Amino acid sequence: MAKRNFKLYRGDNDKGELVPYQADVDEGMVVLDVIHRIQADSANDLAVRWNCKAGKCGSCSVEINGKPKLACMTRMNEYGADETITVTPLKTFPVMKDLVPDVSWNFEQNKRIKPLQLDPKDKDAKGNYKMKQEDVDRVQEYRKCIECFLCQNVCHVLRDHDRTDAFVGPRFMIRLAGLELHPLDKADRIPQIKNEYGSGYCNITRCCTDVCPEHIQITDNGIIPLKERVVDRYYDPIARLFRKKK
Amino acid sequence: MDVSDLQVLEHDVVVVGAGGAGIRAAIECSKQGMNTAMVCKSLLGKAHTVMAEGGAAAALGNVDPRDHWKIHFRDTMRGGKFLNVWRMAELHAKNAPDRIRELEEWGAVFDRTGDGLINQRNFGGHRYPRLAHTGDRTGLEIIRTLQDHGIHQGVEIYMECTALDVLKDGDKVSGIVCMWRETGRFIIIKSKAVIFATGGAGKAWKVTSNSWEYTGDGYAMAYEAGAELMDIEFTQFHPTGMVWPPSVRGTLVTEGVRGEGGILKNKEGKRFMFDNIPERFAPETADSEEEGNRWLQGDKNARRPPELLTRDVVARAIMKEVKEDRGSPHGGAFLDIASRRSAEDIKKKLPSMYHQFKVLAELDITKDPMEVGPTLHYFMGGIRVDPDSQMSNVPGLFACGECSAGMHGANRLGGNSLSDLLVFGGLAGQGASDYARSLSGTPQIDNAQVERIIRNATDILNRENGENPYLLHEALQETMQMNVGIVRTAEDLNKGITDIEKIKEDYKQVKAAGASQYNPGWHEALAMRNLLITAEAVARAGLMREESRGAHTRIDFPGEREEWVKCNIVIKKGPDGKMEVRKVDRSEPDPELKRIAESTLEDLEAEVARETA
Repeated sequence: MAKRNFKLYRGDNDKGELVPYQADVDEGMVVLDVIHRIQADSANDLAVRWNCKAGKCGSCSVEINGKPKLACMTRMNEYGADETITVTPLKTFPVMKDLVPDVSWNFEQNKRIKPLQLDPKDKDAKGNYKMKQEDVDRVQEYRKCIECFLCQNVCHVLRDHDRTDAFVGPRFMIRLAGLELHPLDKADRIPQIKNEYGSGYCNITRCCTDVCPEHIQITDNGIIPLKERVVDRYYDPIARLFRKKK
Repeated sequence: MDVSDLQVLEHDVVVVGAGGAGIRAAIECSKQGMNTAMVCKSLLGKAHTVMAEGGAAAALGNVDPRDHWKIHFRDTMRGGKFLNVWRMAELHAKNAPDRIRELEEWGAVFDRTGDGLINQRNFGGHRYPRLAHTGDRTGLEIIRTLQDHGIHQGVEIYMECTALDVLKDGDKVSGIVCMWRETGRFIIIKSKAVIFATGGAGKAWKVTSNSWEYTGDGYAMAYEAGAELMDIEFTQFHPTGMVWPPSVRGTLVTEGVRGEGGILKNKEGKRFMFDNIPERFAPETADSEEEGNRWLQGDKNARRPPELLTRDVVARAIMKEVKEDRGSPHGGAFLDIASRRSAEDIKKKLPSMYHQFKVLAELDITKDPMEVGPTLHYFMGGIRVDPDSQMSNVPGLFACGECSAGMHGANRLGGNSLSDLLVFGGLAGQGASDYARSLSGTPQIDNAQVERIIRNATDILNRENGENPYLLHEALQETMQMNVGIVRTAEDLNKGITDIEKIKEDYKQVKAAGASQYNPGWHEALAMRNLLITAEAVARAGLMREESRGAHTRIDFPGEREEWVKCNIVIKKGPDGKMEVRKVDRSEPDPELKRIAESTLEDLEAEVARETA
């Protein structure tokens, strides 16, 4: 057991400060464990969001020494013994209190997305839809998303340019990719992807991919294929000619 | 406090809890034309369903066409040691396949068979490969599918909102009082029916796979509202939780590891499960490693290895190895998949386990065995409901999923909870809608009840000083772990009850520091009331049931006793405010269901083959 130094953001969206704490750290602890220890010992009203404590629910997203991470999957031994560990809430979203951000905007975006649309005629005689594993591998990659919103937090369009009005962000591009590439889906979302969800705003810096705790290739496997579909539909001169003839 | 200043919302049905059962119930209510709301303590999509890994059990017959609802039903009854409510086990086995197929229409993408159908994997206690799955993150797939579908069905979703207590008009439900966690403000939701889908109460124990949310809210609110709890002594210890490092002790290791061929060994390298096969399961379990290996290779004539016996059996066997000093260094057993499957297979079939051990324990499960031990995982018992409508004895109060009783009897089979929440979430939604429609008027809110609920909550903040809620919680966890654990005796249970009574006294003076805005100390203190009611119920029912059945093991009363399969233990709040615990005779099962459950496997398989030919 060793005493370690921490600074935690305490306050709300309007005002707050980094408050120093000391805590005993045992072998194997993650940052979330230490936050809980501080909460139980000396700061009962310290607000932090968490659930599964195993990297599966995406609740405990914070910035640790400025890096967006899941607090439950960040081991204390990633940091030097003398290093002060600073934990702050996700910067892109308003702060509710302490380490808890207001991420409700994300839930609003999901409602705008057209759901999966299957054709019952695709069912076999026994009432089953058939899909090959290799055809759903890619879709399953997107569906690993745990909605931690770390990608939304680092997206330049949302974080630096504050264009939540124009772009749904990487999380929902991945959700859209999962629908668009679903082998049996019949809906068309390409016009919305271009006009409403703002696929053009992403300039492929791959910051979202770098922070994804599920290691989803958000940019290369999700956003770029959607951008290509938009280009094929709207900017491909041959396809355009073909469409005009119809 | 002036009640007329409070925010008041009005809905036909309110669902409390947004795990799989809650969302499925809300979707059904909406489909039935009800104005529906759902309140949840966390953000949408974070409930414990997300942690379910292995899969959802349904007799689809995609991998082994011999599967049939009757075989699933028989497995469920035997796994539950015949204490299951027969009708619930029947409804579950019959309806699970349709509920799974429906998820696919709503966007779920399960792993596929070579023919392109939904793939199914083996699991403990299931005769055939039966669990529809998506790698080892099936719960995430299911909750996300329900969430993405549910938000388009017109359900109002109130996130980070804690339900405090049910309101009643006479004997009927009239609504619920809740608190917004962000602001600490109270709201009244008027409704004709309330559905609890609040999960279990793992947080009463020290070693648990459950998160902070699982504090028995539904049990306690139902109890306070006059509803009955049943079979609450049956608390499932999942055999494989992480044991090292200490900060993750209890975190779940999916049964899918064993389903994919993983084996359990003690420190001497011995596969000890071969020495722990109960008589009831001996005819259906491999008796040599060689046969177990053939089964893993897909030999349909081979019997399943003993690692896939039901969870109660495996958990007790691991405990025995540890007690007799044959355990792993940190007090568990070794779970080895590395020597059984290729690294590539493990990463493909168990990616989140690979990741979890890599990060949290710095262990590569493709190279080294895991250390695992029992962890409190699931409540078989809970709110007593009508098997078809899911209504409790309080008119308008419904329950589904883990917080309801009956479906799983004395022990739940892995994979039966994801299918349970789909089947009974749907039925509860239907039941609550039918009930709401049948009411002639709207039940009225009684302001005195609202004031009392709010005063109980605010007293915790307003006290000058008092007990630290975190310390009270620790004391409760300590005594439950020690005295109401995986093996029980009258002496320990009595000690547990004495401790709980003492903590109840201290709780009367609990004090949360700080203001009402997003205050975890206050939330913890509010949850403690619910944990204490639940813990007391488990200990008292456990003391009354003088036998060992399924997950309830009494060292002082070993073995199942015939007289005890004939009754349930039912708990209710007495007129004097004390907990009433009583034995209630079970009704006679439907003879046809009894015949199916008691058939030999051979006879039943032959019968199914004839029927489906």
